[in-house]
Amino acid sequence: MSEEPEIVLGFYVPPHPHPLLAPEQNEGWGRLREAFDTCRQRIEETDADLLLIYSTVWPSIVGHQIQAHPKPVFTHVDDDFHFLGSMPYEFRMDSEYAEKFKDSCEARGLHARTVAYDGFPIDTGSVVALKLLNPDNRIPACIVSSNVYSNRAEQIVLGKAARDAMSELGKKVVVVVVASLSNRMFTEHIDPSDDRIHSAKDDEWNRKILEFFEDGRLEDISQLSRDIHGQIRVSKVVAYKPAWWMAATMGQHNNYDGEVLAYEALHGAGGAVIQLTPAKGGVGDKEFDEDDVEYYHGDRSVLDKGML
Amino acid sequence: MAKGEIVLGCLAPHPPHVVYAENPEQNEPFSEGGWEALRWGYHRLARKLKDIDYDCIVVLTPHWMTYVGTHFLGLERFQNISVDPIFPNLFRYHHDIQVDVELAEAMHDAAAEAGIITKMMRNPDFRVDYGTIVSCHMLNPEWSKPIVTISSNRSTHYYSNEVMNEQAAALGEAVMKAIEASGKRVVLVASHSLSHRHFVTEAPLPEDMSREHIYNHSQYVWDMKIVQMLREGKTKEVVEILPEMIEQTMAEAEGGGLSWMMAAMGYPDYPAEIYGYQSVIGTGNAIAAWDPNEATREIVL
Repeated sequence: MSEEPEIVLGFYVPPHPHPLLAPEQNEGWGRLREAFDTCRQRIEETDADLLLIYSTVWPSIVGHQIQAHPKPVFTHVDDDFHFLGSMPYEFRMDSEYAEKFKDSCEARGLHARTVAYDGFPIDTGSVVALKLLNPDNRIPACIVSSNVYSNRAEQIVLGKAARDAMSELGKKVVVVVVASLSNRMFTEHIDPSDDRIHSAKDDEWNRKILEFFEDGRLEDISQLSRDIHGQIRVSKVVAYKPAWWMAATMGQHNNYDGEVLAYEALHGAGGAVIQLTPAKGGVGDKEFDEDDVEYYHGDRSVLDKGML
Repeated sequence: MAKGEIVLGCLAPHPPHVVYAENPEQNEPFSEGGWEALRWGYHRLARKLKDIDYDCIVVLTPHWMTYVGTHFLGLERFQNISVDPIFPNLFRYHHDIQVDVELAEAMHDAAAEAGIITKMMRNPDFRVDYGTIVSCHMLNPEWSKPIVTISSNRSTHYYSNEVMNEQAAALGEAVMKAIEASGKRVVLVASHSLSHRHFVTEAPLPEDMSREHIYNHSQYVWDMKIVQMLREGKTKEVVEILPEMIEQTMAEAEGGGLSWMMAAMGYPDYPAEIYGYQSVIGTGNAIAAWDPNEATREIVL
């Protein structure tokens, strides 16, 4: 067992089905598709043996769910964009890693479980990512959910548990986060040619975040998560979590070569395809005052304290 | 053609646990029971429904979440397996659902005419959400009537609870117009819980009732306040305080179900029939019904 996991690449990709189902309907959606294709090629050039996905559009409630079905098969349809078409899939999952990931979560105090059921609804974002990044199932994959109630501490511990499992199994890993940048879509149906980022404010924030990504400053983005959530995220969940998880999983530093392969509107939301390659040098000299977390202790029973 | 009407409105929560506990042949997992206060309440409401002459069940579900308008099921049949993404260990249900497409299209058109963003869902591979399936199974286990499912537009997330209330009310009024024009007798279903904070862990045996209780007392107090107001026929007031309740209890009414149904029924001022209340993995669930027919309206609990 190696102490540090070998993560060969990291990707941040959007969850919307447009680049998969309708790249020809809008030039921007087409550029996102081209960026996905470039990422696919680069993944194929590695000798990675696991593709680990964290999807913000797979919500969970009972702890953290980890896809462990060795060969999930189904035809998925998006709740909003069903008119764009169906997404039949057959994937290859790394059940051994899934089980190890679950055990690693539990060892760090998290509640977690694997799911391996025929017909389990794999989410749109994961389906899009796997079909475009790993179309021939060359690399076995694993998907982990995003718990709706979880916050920073839990996400960081979840990322560290993912690393523990990688190390224990000696995996070479491509890490994929499925998430929008700004996630406010238009609330009406639009002509594809009219698509644009919902507001100037969302666009400006997105571009600032992309600057950080291009500089490889993943840990800095993680530290900015609360600000990002307040500024450009629709309050569907308690926090903007993907950067916490991605940074914790990839190593909590700023030492990456970053590349933004595409940034486009997806029905108003900010969709970016971003690559992070672990590197020697890094940017920034900041230290942060939020405590690092190794073990999740669960609820603090605040409600039970001071009761009459 | 006689004017269509709403013959019953139901608040029908959809924790998959209640179907799991029933062990119907459509569901793969096996249970030893559990959540009887809810299930027995559902049984009684299902018996009442058997005595009502109706053509269709129309359900608004928070588990078909749409951000771009309000969507309506638009194909006659959906045959598939529904696996709950949150509780797949409890709910893997084989269904064969008939849809009243004519009524769905009429509702879609009426809503569009009222200025609401709408879409018909015509993809045959679409998977009907488990909220629809749980509520409809518990109300009509024989699936003897066609349904219409209406998606939940997430205006609470995009705007506010108050905007959700207004948009759901507009949808309810439009749906009522479509029902009246259709000549059909319709049962409305708001498929959701009241307070909606879950425990994030699950007992090794999910139906172990020694582990089941409300998430916290505040949730319970809110739930009881709402139930009492429904008993007193204060539906307008309930809808008015829903934004506050949603804020305080993460109430699943955020999906618009109750606001939609009360608006469609003209905010009944008669007592709701209460069929049961119980927590499920910490959430507060009440089964209630509004019977416009005074002769058959009853005090159940």
